[in-house]
Amino acid sequence: MSAARDEILARVRSALADVPAAEQPDDVVVARDYRTSDDRPRDELVALLCARLIDYKAQVRQVAAAEVGDAVSQACAEMGLRRVVVADALPAQWLPGGVEVVADRPEPGAAPGASGLSASELDEIDGAVTGCAAAIAETGTIVLDGGGRCGRRAITLVPDNHICVVGEDQVVGLVPEAIARLAPAVGDRGVPVTLISGPSASSDIELTRVEGVHGPRNLLVLIAR
Amino acid sequence: MTDAARHPPFPQAARVALADSQLRHNLGHATHTIRAKRAEVVAEVPDWEQLREAGRALKERVLRHLDHYLLELESAVRAAGGEVHWARDAEEGNRIVGDIVAAHGVDEVVKSKSLTTEETKLNEALAERGIRAWETDLAQLIIQLGDDMPSHILVPAIHKNRAQIRELFMSKLDDVPPDLSDDPRELAETARRHLRKLFLNTRVGISGVNFAVAETGTVSVVESEGNGRMCTTLPEVLISVMGIEKIVPAWQDLEVYMQLLPRSSTAERMNPYTSLWTGVSEGDGPREFHLVLLDNGRTNVLADQTGRQALNCIRCSACLNVCPVYERTGGHAYGSTYPGPIGAILTPLLSGLEDAGSLPYASSLCGACYEVCPVKINIPEVLVHLRHQAVQRSAAAGGWRGRLSGERLAMRAMARVFANRRLYEAAQRSGRLAQWPLVHGGKIERLPGPLAGWSSMRDLPPVPRQSFRDWWRNRS
Repeated sequence: MSAARDEILARVRSALADVPAAEQPDDVVVARDYRTSDDRPRDELVALLCARLIDYKAQVRQVAAAEVGDAVSQACAEMGLRRVVVADALPAQWLPGGVEVVADRPEPGAAPGASGLSASELDEIDGAVTGCAAAIAETGTIVLDGGGRCGRRAITLVPDNHICVVGEDQVVGLVPEAIARLAPAVGDRGVPVTLISGPSASSDIELTRVEGVHGPRNLLVLIAR
Repeated sequence: MTDAARHPPFPQAARVALADSQLRHNLGHATHTIRAKRAEVVAEVPDWEQLREAGRALKERVLRHLDHYLLELESAVRAAGGEVHWARDAEEGNRIVGDIVAAHGVDEVVKSKSLTTEETKLNEALAERGIRAWETDLAQLIIQLGDDMPSHILVPAIHKNRAQIRELFMSKLDDVPPDLSDDPRELAETARRHLRKLFLNTRVGISGVNFAVAETGTVSVVESEGNGRMCTTLPEVLISVMGIEKIVPAWQDLEVYMQLLPRSSTAERMNPYTSLWTGVSEGDGPREFHLVLLDNGRTNVLADQTGRQALNCIRCSACLNVCPVYERTGGHAYGSTYPGPIGAILTPLLSGLEDAGSLPYASSLCGACYEVCPVKINIPEVLVHLRHQAVQRSAAAGGWRGRLSGERLAMRAMARVFANRRLYEAAQRSGRLAQWPLVHGGKIERLPGPLAGWSSMRDLPPVPRQSFRDWWRNRS
């Protein structure tokens, strides 16, 4: 291995001369006496999620599970979207009508591992429709895990509008609950994870909050109940 | 030479900053606004103290076993298809990044905000090789266009107002409408249009790292604008540079830091975007991932048993916003990538007291920084520890003159007097008698002779007519 690697490890070990040789990492006690689950009733969690999303300038609607497709179509019309990209495994009944729907799939016959739409192609698209892996009520966060209904990371980044469908059973109360849900997919398959809380924002100029700097300007969350 | 060595000592730089009323206005507004918002969102969390303690303990676990975790991280990243590079210092880190960029034959890269590459002066090093690094965070872009220095960890361009930023965009960006106003919305939109072309076409992205999970090899960038997502997902090649202390042991541990960081930093329940990626993912994001592990003085900090805790830092900037010194002088006076209370300890620990010996004194030791620190770094304790080292250094460096300096002799004498009740009481009695020509209006404003320097900045209360001990003895 590299000389730099050897030298840095040697420096670390000599800097830690005070740590007893027999000490194991787990000997350093970490008390996890913080909250790790929130057993409030689902209705309360959903209400909290809605309030927190709105607080950070996302739009939220609660819709009946059977009417998600209609709600997506209506949202597309209201937001003035003409072409939308959808996550590869978006359920067929969530597909909007009245707009051009572009699938995010590699060209037929493309090399294995090829991506779907290019970034420039996505730049010509008005919005993206996806599901999610979980939603955190306390922080108003949507969790995407890069697969299936969540779509590739780029599709929820480049277009200016993001419509995200959250199943009510996907709503958890606290950050630790969402992290725990993601653990198997990250540990076993190394899926990329994105946590989204409201639209893109910046407060860099005189602390004035501006929405829509680089990521989507509008985030609409549909909670399917 | 380090930044701190090129820079004037803190008291000198602070005097310049204090005379800048625009700077003081901007900083006062920024620090007070964020401070109040932080207090609100922290108060919402009933288990905040438990989270802080867990955040501290996890960092202690990592630091005491850093060699173990570095190796675990390395093998996890490799197993997930990433490459790992080790850099002893800034120069080596910059060379590694430059070599990777050059190997892909590009002369332009997009970069998301990274204090670590600010510390290593990566952009300058790349420029020397003919590679243009575009900063994509709005504030970092403003700093870069103005050839300026960041003045705050979270909002680096807080010393600039909207009119100055408009001027800068008008003169430095080529695609700006001539009727651009100074509305922050319009300014941000201008940056968005300018950067979007780069995001869509640049093949190499560079980022910093907020947390790297040793167990899974997962690396994260925590941000607000989406430029971090752009840099870490759209390019074919991603290079992430991290200090070796940015490790957390396990995936689960993110549950602690993803609560502590946003609330302490931007004072939000959660920041708009957090990206967490593990090596490369087929069909999604970069095809090549390089992780650069940088030492650059961190093992020196690790070797200092009192100073080691400075490596807990998750770069939230809460300590800046509560610091009475930072609030008035701003970040530039510290002459370092890391300003404020954390900078006052981290900079001398990283680069040595010879370069940054004045920074441990850039504090009133009020302790507000320790109270808000989400990973419980006892900054005042480290400041005092470094002051002690600075005094010993100057004594050793000054030979017999150093050992016999007035301050040193006075402190020695005082220590003897304070340690002995009879001497102490005698000193009080003689002080009471000797002070009368100096007391005016109930305080001493000017001390004579060599002590004048001390009283030029502060008033001294006179020795009271009766001491507590006298009163206790004489009480009926």
